[in-house]
Amino acid sequence: MREIRLNVNGRAHELRVSANMTLLTALRDLGYTDVKNGCEIGECGACAVLLNRRVVNSCMVLAAQADGATVVTNAGLGTMKDPHPIQEAFADAGAVQCGFCTPGMVISTKALLDRNPDPTEEEIRDALSGNLCRCTGYGQIVSAVQLAAERLKRSISSPASPRCGDGHEPAPAEPLRVSGEVPRGGEGE
Amino acid sequence: MLPVFELLKPASLEEAIEMLSEHPDSMPISGGTNLVVDMRSGKLSPKTLIDISQLGELCCIHEREGILEIGAGVRIADFLEDPMIARDVPILAEMARSFANTLIRNRATVGGNLVNAAPCSDTAPALLVLDAEVDLQSMVGTRRMPLAEFLVGAFQTRRQANEILTGVRLPIPPKEVRTAFEKMGLRKISCMAKVDVAVSVHVGEDGGVTNARVAVGAASAAALRVVPAEDALVGSSLCAETIGRAANLAAEAAEPRAGSEYKRQVVRGMARRLLTSLAEGGRA
Repeated sequence: MREIRLNVNGRAHELRVSANMTLLTALRDLGYTDVKNGCEIGECGACAVLLNRRVVNSCMVLAAQADGATVVTNAGLGTMKDPHPIQEAFADAGAVQCGFCTPGMVISTKALLDRNPDPTEEEIRDALSGNLCRCTGYGQIVSAVQLAAERLKRSISSPASPRCGDGHEPAPAEPLRVSGEVPRGGEGE
Repeated sequence: MLPVFELLKPASLEEAIEMLSEHPDSMPISGGTNLVVDMRSGKLSPKTLIDISQLGELCCIHEREGILEIGAGVRIADFLEDPMIARDVPILAEMARSFANTLIRNRATVGGNLVNAAPCSDTAPALLVLDAEVDLQSMVGTRRMPLAEFLVGAFQTRRQANEILTGVRLPIPPKEVRTAFEKMGLRKISCMAKVDVAVSVHVGEDGGVTNARVAVGAASAAALRVVPAEDALVGSSLCAETIGRAANLAAEAAEPRAGSEYKRQVVRGMARRLLTSLAEGGRA
């Protein structure tokens, strides 16, 4: 056993981990169950987190290797009451069906838009190529990333304007449908 | 669940090398993108892992007297961001763009990819056309050898169990050298190579080729340099006929496994396409 420190979503943790514990298991044991355990062999991206600002599969990182690291998970970006523009865009674009891949998709999107605020469709598909979705196909997910990029750009260019989701954003190029629960009531179409 | 093992965290490369020789059945770990998967499947079961992922001395890219030194711990994603790579050896950025996906590129290291020595390694063919050498270090001392010699076969290298691959070094090619890399897989992105081809040509002022390299990956047990194809190119003017001959020689050199004979045709087509693009001055 080894004592390690992790900063997860802004909260400091000290925990004891065994050598063979992955960062994925450590995070889920701490209660960050938004980090999903999918394939455990780095194929699906459901366990994606930002590790020191780089998106990685947490199933391939030993917890002890992450000692001292800063980790951001999907839950660290926003809450049901105050979702991050990326999370809101995923809901608004109907990019969520079963939801299992969504936390990883959102984190990969965050990593992409942090580096490239105005990605092309090809760049979006490339950035999300390590995240598999078995439900919806990728059309709505790509639309969600484009929508998030648009909203984030606008909130940077005019910081005084209200955050997205206030009903003023132009309709996306293609008609969007929302299925399932929307984080904030009444905003979907 | 991963099998039980001991994890050691050395503070320096020196300490890591000591640990490696003191602990029988130990292996270095960095990004874990191969090792963790192989341990989970039971393919590998080292008793001790030595975490070298945070050793700063392995994570640098620098230039010294015309030689580019790339630490073994440099991540594939770094090839996409490093200005020296973009300027001096853009073929490594080209290779990195086709390497797995962002999640993997952010963890996988160049040293790990070479030591793992999967036949479909993408780093190997790209580094072969750059005349890369590898540095190995143990308690006994250091060894340096051409990458072509280091790669022995499928998942086999000349690395001894007590050695750490510390870095790759290569002469920075003159500005006139044109290079290109292409990968063919089952998908456009996020896939393993079915065939990789890397080429490099130095065209002199008179339009004749003064130096050439051709390497093929994933079509043999280990990535290989195709010297006969290189010899066919040198002295030529990169005309269609010479390119065709070199592409045929590359296809002949490939040794695909039974059932994958199609790869010879793929090698031929890719080699011809890449060399033609270089003849047209395309991807410099």
